[in-house]
This record gives sequence, structure tokens and C-alpha cells, in this order.
Amino acid sequence: MTNNPSGMSLIVKTITRLTVGLILIYGFYIVLQSHIAPGGGFAGGVVMALSLIHLVLAFGRDAVLKKISQINSVCLMSCGAIAFLVIALSRLVTKNHFTGVLLSDIAIATMVGAGLFVVFLTLVLFIKESAKGNKQ
Amino acid sequence: MELHLILIFMICASIMAVEIKDLISSVIALSAVGLGLCLAFLVLKAPNLAITQLVVEILLVIVLIRATIKKDLPLVRDGRWLFNTVSTLLFIGIFLTFGYFALKELPNFGQPTMLVSREYLANSLTQGGLANIVTAITLNFRRFDALAEASVLFTAVIAVLAITRKTGKAHDK
Repeated sequence: MTNNPSGMSLIVKTITRLTVGLILIYGFYIVLQSHIAPGGGFAGGVVMALSLIHLVLAFGRDAVLKKISQINSVCLMSCGAIAFLVIALSRLVTKNHFTGVLLSDIAIATMVGAGLFVVFLTLVLFIKESAKGNKQ
Repeated sequence: MELHLILIFMICASIMAVEIKDLISSVIALSAVGLGLCLAFLVLKAPNLAITQLVVEILLVIVLIRATIKKDLPLVRDGRWLFNTVSTLLFIGIFLTFGYFALKELPNFGQPTMLVSREYLANSLTQGGLANIVTAITLNFRRFDALAEASVLFTAVIAVLAITRKTGKAHDK
């Protein structure tokens, strides 16, 4: 595992380009079918975060940070958390069963996926910066 | 039978993870423990938990290898061992005292058989409206539990962001 910012070799990049969309779609599938089969918001969110982490490992951190910056990820996580709070509290007044479950699954998946991705990004950035600081 | 084999495998792998000297081999042994746990959930017929355990284990191994294994691990042991020991014993004592009084109020283990589960099994399709009974319980009957779990995860992410923030940013220039 090399440590240069441009990522891994050409073979890994090509395979990643082919597979990363499939992994992301599989995450959506796990979230959206959780009312009839095993799955759920948490597992689907982790799969979505893993597809983004796959991109970071293959293409390097800077190529991904151009698409999704850290601030945007934190905003996405907070939006998911607020949405789930509203949906969970709305159970007190409404009686709608199915839509509430689907919406709360999507909100949990947004929060978990963005949150775990931002944890990974923060740890990698922190280790690199502290190593840079130690050298100087 | 399969469960016993999986448990023996997990115990061997965790002993290896503790005893081995090389850090990356230790992480791989730890991931073998997680895979065994996932298979144990499958044998015990809990596919929801098995999926979650598998993906969280993959994420954990990636984070351990990529983000933390290159760092040297300083082990702080000197000083304040008396304070640490006394506070640990104090909190264990408080926990045990409150646990004794709380557990005395509970009914005996498995005494009214399936008291709560019977309601869930009977009503999950009609009142919950979902075919998957686990999702019906976690997101319909016990949605506030799910809210508390989500808030725990949110707090953990915020804590990681707060600990690893750039300190001394104003003093660099």
C-alpha cells in the first residue's frame, strides 16, 4: 500500500471505476428493500460509505475531496440526523406506517454513510498532518 | 455443532490477535474474529445482524489498517495509578449497587414466556404494516430506540471531529 497522494496503480483504478457504482447501488438497494428482506438503514449507509472509501483508497484523497468536501459531508450528516429526529417525533401525531419507515430508513442511511465517511477522512487527514508536523 | 466450531475458531483467532507481535497480523486475526461472529449470527438465524456485522467489520479493518497502523502507539503508564485505581473501583462499586437495586425489580429470567414478543409476532404485519418483522420492531414499535441509537452515533462522529481538529491554527503564522 503506497502512500503517495495520487493513489494506487492503473489496474486498481480501472477496476475501481467499474465496481464503485455497483457498490453504491447495492447500498441503495439494501436501504430501500429493508421492509421485505434483511437489511436496513444502518447497513446500507455503511455500504455507501464503503464505496466512497474505496474511491479514496484507489484515487487518492484529493481527487475525492474535489467532489465531496469534508464540510459538505458534515452538512449531509447533520441534515440526515435532523430529518430522522423530525420523522421519529412525527410518529407521536401521525398513524402512517409504511412511508414513515421508508423515510426514516433513508434518513438513517444518509446520516450513517456521511458520518462514517467523514470519520475516515478526518482520521486519514489527521494522521498525515501530524506526521508532517513531526518531520518539521 | 456448527456454532461450537465457530466459537472455537473465534477463541483461537482472538488469542492469536492478542499474542502476536506484528501489528498488521494482529489486525487480520481480529477481522477473522469478526467474520466468525458474522457466521455465528447467520447460524443463529439473524440475517439483519449478520449483514450489519459484516459491513461494520470491513469498515473497521480498513480504518485500522489505513488510518492508525502507521502510527507508533505511546503507552502512558506512569503517575496517577493510585487515583486511576481508586476511581475505577469507585465507579465499579456504584454500578454494581445500582445494578443490584435495578435487577431486583425485574421479573425472573424468561419467566412469563414470550410476554412482549407475543404481541410483536401477532401485530407486526397488521399494525406495523411490514413483512420484515425486525424492521417493523426497530422502526415502527420502537422508533424512539432507533432515535437514541442514531443520536449516539451522531455524538460519536462529532466527538471524533472535535478531537482531531486542527489545533493552534492561529499560531502558525
